[in-house]
Amino acid sequence: MIPLDHVIGLSAILFAIGVVGVVTRRNMIVILMSIELMLNAVNLAFVGFNRLWPVGPDGAASYDGQIFVLIVITVAAAEVAVGLGIVISMFRNRDSVNIEDVSLLKW
Amino acid sequence: MVNETSETLLRWIPLLPLLAAVFHGIAIGVVRRSTPRTIVIALSCGSVALSFVISCIAFIKLIDIPPDASRVLVDPLYTWFGAGIGTTRFTADLALRVDPLSAVMALVVTGVGSLIHVYSVGYMDDDHRDDRGFQRFFCYMNLFTFSMLVLVLADNLVLMFLGWEGVGLCSYLLIGFWYSDRHNAYCGSKAFIVNRVGDFGFLIGIFLLFASFVSAGVPAGVGFADIAQNFAAIADRTIATPWGTTWRLVDVIGLCLFVGAVGKSAQIPLYVWLPDAMAGPTPVSALIHAATMVTAGVYMVCRLSFLYSAAPLASEVIAWIGALTALFAATIAIAQTDIKKVLAYSTVSQLGYMFLAAGCGGYTGAIFHLVTHAFFKALLFLGAGSVILAMHHEQDIRKMGGLRRRIPLTRVVFFCGAYAISGFPFASGFFSKDEILATAFAAHVPGHEALYAIGLLTAGITAFYMWRLYFLVFSGETRAAKDVYEHAHEPSPWVTHPLVPLAFLSLVGGLLGIPQIYGSVFGIEHVHTLSNWLGAVWPPAPAHEVARETELLMTGAAVAIALTGFAVALQLYYARPELPARIAARLSGLYALVANKYYVDELYDAVIVRPLVRLSDAVLYRGVDAALIDGTANGLASAVQLFASGGLRRLQSGLAQGYVASMLAGTAAILWYLLR
Repeated sequence: MIPLDHVIGLSAILFAIGVVGVVTRRNMIVILMSIELMLNAVNLAFVGFNRLWPVGPDGAASYDGQIFVLIVITVAAAEVAVGLGIVISMFRNRDSVNIEDVSLLKW
Repeated sequence: MVNETSETLLRWIPLLPLLAAVFHGIAIGVVRRSTPRTIVIALSCGSVALSFVISCIAFIKLIDIPPDASRVLVDPLYTWFGAGIGTTRFTADLALRVDPLSAVMALVVTGVGSLIHVYSVGYMDDDHRDDRGFQRFFCYMNLFTFSMLVLVLADNLVLMFLGWEGVGLCSYLLIGFWYSDRHNAYCGSKAFIVNRVGDFGFLIGIFLLFASFVSAGVPAGVGFADIAQNFAAIADRTIATPWGTTWRLVDVIGLCLFVGAVGKSAQIPLYVWLPDAMAGPTPVSALIHAATMVTAGVYMVCRLSFLYSAAPLASEVIAWIGALTALFAATIAIAQTDIKKVLAYSTVSQLGYMFLAAGCGGYTGAIFHLVTHAFFKALLFLGAGSVILAMHHEQDIRKMGGLRRRIPLTRVVFFCGAYAISGFPFASGFFSKDEILATAFAAHVPGHEALYAIGLLTAGITAFYMWRLYFLVFSGETRAAKDVYEHAHEPSPWVTHPLVPLAFLSLVGGLLGIPQIYGSVFGIEHVHTLSNWLGAVWPPAPAHEVARETELLMTGAAVAIALTGFAVALQLYYARPELPARIAARLSGLYALVANKYYVDELYDAVIVRPLVRLSDAVLYRGVDAALIDGTANGLASAVQLFASGGLRRLQSGLAQGYVASMLAGTAAILWYLLR
């Protein structure tokens, strides 16, 4: 059985890669992908912790972590739909998916 | 008080005119459509007339109470405001009170007021200077009637002050009624500001009265009955002045309150607003600036007679101010050429008479003259208004003359008014003026002989300037332009009919107060109706006994000097009309001094008004307002703009990744703080 430390460590590494991707990359598609990576890192942590505590405080079996994962996947799908829509609309207007090209809303 | 009778009818006396005023106000200000004139007239005149009817009912109810019981009707509506606890509890009630004194005042205000409202319908009818002016005028008039009735019927000093300020406001609004003429607006402001000077003293007097009640440890009730009851506790107190002497507290309070009366009733040195108040429409001059509002000061002094009778110094000052004002204003009236200005100075002079009486302790005489003066001066003003209408708004008596043929009815009633004010035998002014002179003669005031002499002299001057006015306007050949004279005619019945009852009252109103010497002739006791009626209101005072021969002699002297004034006027302005100009030329310096009102307005302008304006402009406006206050506000705003906006706005870079980085840093910082 894979120890929990490994699961959490992998989750943390994936999350950090996602963060670095969001902060450093200019391409908005890549940024969206990095966000997905962060979400999935969180999913991994959820299932890991659910395996650590499979029983809830009332003594019955608990699937809270796994249910959270399902919710996060749903949200991620919706977010990608909206995000890609924005990216496409922006590309049509500006011929670019570089995030630094959309900085009009400022002082 | 246990023996006061509650009477809920009283509230309707002031309320009816208020309702009419509110209706007019809503119609003008909110609905903004012109109301049919019939409705305006019915509401305004009807409400005041109904007030008069209710006042009469209250008066009759008062008579029904036997004189040995206390004749007071009260209508306590609710507690207006209150403050403090325990023995220092201070409450002011919205309560109305009708006692013999306020009943007389309410009858005068609503009775003469009704007639003047009717007169106004005719007078304002041709006024097309302003779209809704007709209704606006009646709105103010009703509001004035309401305020005056509150002043008169108030059960306590604070409510009285409310009415006091209310009549001042309405006076201002009505003087400046034709506000599009800058001069009228100026006169309105002048009246308001000069009155404010007096009101300031009045307020200080009220505060001082209640502060001394609290410090004396008695309940600081503001009702007149409470004040009278607790008054003994402060009657003997003194206060030290900065220069080492001590003054009696009641004198100081009395003088402070009298400052208010000086402003409202146009006495020296605050009389200057009243002649300028003639800028308003003539019915206003009659109602506010002759018959009712300006007598508020006299009423106040009489209302607080228990205080003034215990304050000899204040009373002495009142008597002297009154006497000097009477003489001073009468001399100015001699040389005025505007028909309304003559009457205005005459009003100031007659008010001086009332204060002379009140200061000498003759409160009945003061109220008596107040009532008769309301009759004959309202009559004279309304008659003057009728002349002005007939002459197409010409007010210069040098351009009149010979009007007896054109407006005979006005001439007759004007004659009655002049007859009454001159104090000719058996008209109203004869009895009331004689009573004042007798009071002054017998008063326990230092220099009362001088007061009497001034009063007597003034009576002669009064007769002179009134008959001068009469002759210049009505007799001789006309000096008006031919077409004006040809077109002069009696105004509408709305204008002329109210004059008749006033003329009647001017002639017979004196029968209210026939002196006892005439009663004794016919063997009737207590023939002085007004004195019997009001006697219970005044504090007990030592009797002013004058020998019967002396009193008859004084009456003879007064009539003689009045006849002398008449004879001089007859000689100068009827028999030999070329003489006055020659006399004026001979005494050109003196004439200029009098005709220019002793340059008092110019003096005030130089000493008070202009330095104040300069101070306000240079220091208060430019210094404090523009530099200090505006500078602080604007300076703070630009400092905020410079530092906050100039620096902080750079944070909004528009780069999404920058925001992400900030968010990460913040999250990391919070996590570090929580997990450390």
